[in-house]
Amino acid sequence: MGVPVLRAPRLERLWWVVVFTLCLSPFCLIVYGVVANTLGPDPAEVLMHQTGEWAIRLLVVVLAARPMARWGWPALFRFRRMFGLYMFFYTTLHLLVFAQVYVGWDVAILLEELLERPYVMVGFAGWVLLAPLALTSSDGMRRRLRQRWRQLHRLVYAVSVLAVLHVLWLSRSDIGDAVLYGILLGSLLLWRLWQKWKRPLAARL
Amino acid sequence: MIRRTRHVPQIASSEITPETVWLNRRNLIKAAAAGTMATTLPTLASQTPDLKPLSYVPGECDGCAAEEALTPLEDATSYNNFYEFGTDKSDPAEYAHNMTIDPWSVEVSGLVNKPGKLNLEDVLSGFDLEERVYRFRCVEAWSMVVPWIGFPLADLLQRFEPTADARYVAFKTLYRPKEMRGTRSFTSVIDWPYREGLRLDEAMHPLTLMAVGLYGKTLPNQNGAPLRLVVPWKYGFKSIKSIVSIELTDQQPKTSWQELAAQEYGFFSNVNPEVDHPRWSQRYERRLPSSLFKPNRVPTQLFNGYADQVASLYTGMDLKKYY
Repeated sequence: MGVPVLRAPRLERLWWVVVFTLCLSPFCLIVYGVVANTLGPDPAEVLMHQTGEWAIRLLVVVLAARPMARWGWPALFRFRRMFGLYMFFYTTLHLLVFAQVYVGWDVAILLEELLERPYVMVGFAGWVLLAPLALTSSDGMRRRLRQRWRQLHRLVYAVSVLAVLHVLWLSRSDIGDAVLYGILLGSLLLWRLWQKWKRPLAARL
Repeated sequence: MIRRTRHVPQIASSEITPETVWLNRRNLIKAAAAGTMATTLPTLASQTPDLKPLSYVPGECDGCAAEEALTPLEDATSYNNFYEFGTDKSDPAEYAHNMTIDPWSVEVSGLVNKPGKLNLEDVLSGFDLEERVYRFRCVEAWSMVVPWIGFPLADLLQRFEPTADARYVAFKTLYRPKEMRGTRSFTSVIDWPYREGLRLDEAMHPLTLMAVGLYGKTLPNQNGAPLRLVVPWKYGFKSIKSIVSIELTDQQPKTSWQELAAQEYGFFSNVNPEVDHPRWSQRYERRLPSSLFKPNRVPTQLFNGYADQVASLYTGMDLKKYY
């Protein structure tokens, strides 16, 4: 009706800008909060919470992209690389805030945290696994790595297990978040297992 | 497309200004004028309307007046752990106004010669109030410096005459699910009501305070109105809020956090930089207000800096074992 007719590539670009801006907006709000000092008396906690929360939300989006596309809603699938990179971005911010406020960039304290606190170790391991995925996310790398690329990027499944463990081991008296993300990520992983089982079964029949 | 409404819209009850906010409108206007509205989201509810000024004298005991800069009132009343109202730090300021604190009474029972009840009026008028500026160290590695108003717990306990067998004091917080949304969360694993405890000698120590106010006025609900414990050398969760029951026992009482995770939260929970929480270090604390680029990390002190006054309570005890 009133919608202007756009040629497909231009519409695509418009969507790209919309999704890009949406993913960036939590970061803008966080920066605004820091600059305008509206994060309350203990910004450390707020920043850790928000960066971590957005990272795991994007992880859910990334893993939901494929089943959604299978069910006839390919919008997420088209932008899954962007979601993945943003997830890495928020995870990196999460780590930087941790280094700044909790560790004070002290190597001895960092080592102690890594070795003695399982949730820190698990979180850090998740970031380490994400780094090569972010580095090989370009089309060029994808072409060069060929079959390896798919295998490598399955690491995101391991990352989601680590992410749920991280949230679970962090919870103190309310396991609501751990349950929520456990169910979301768990069912997205189970869907993949089911797909994998279904195919050979169908071939055999 | 333009939507037209064909009937006169009804006013939703959610749009009607709550009475507490209405009664408090002058303060809201003042706060808005001072430009503080923009910076604190839960301000509407956090400014409880009827905080009464208290009359008190400055505390003069050893350790009664910490010299550090005070944590601003706004921070001390907007950043709280009071899980009965939710686990976010801003939840208590937002939802604790739902708790009815008048009428209020505290039942004192167990191994005492004169068991009975204390009404809030008796508490506010029956004890000599003094101001104590204490460092307050949360187990989560942040800390504040708060000017409490209160009286020694010992004064209260002596009125009920603990018997010779009494060795521990067990406390309970109000448990009223209708007014406490956090207790209704089905993913919460705390077994309500919230319970805490002290050894009798800890409870009788002159630094152990029954607080009824802070910053010169009665306690805001989110800080544990109408009366709460403050034990400055222990982690904050020992300083139980909104107390309705005090029971003297001969057995060490089970505390809520111990029942939840005994390996993480001990009965004593004395502040100790050498004994880490299994999941984080206790060597440093963020003295609030903190900021991203100036985190204000300060080293944590043994017994939160009250070792001169309280270390003798624990002579010969292995503080790593009795954490």
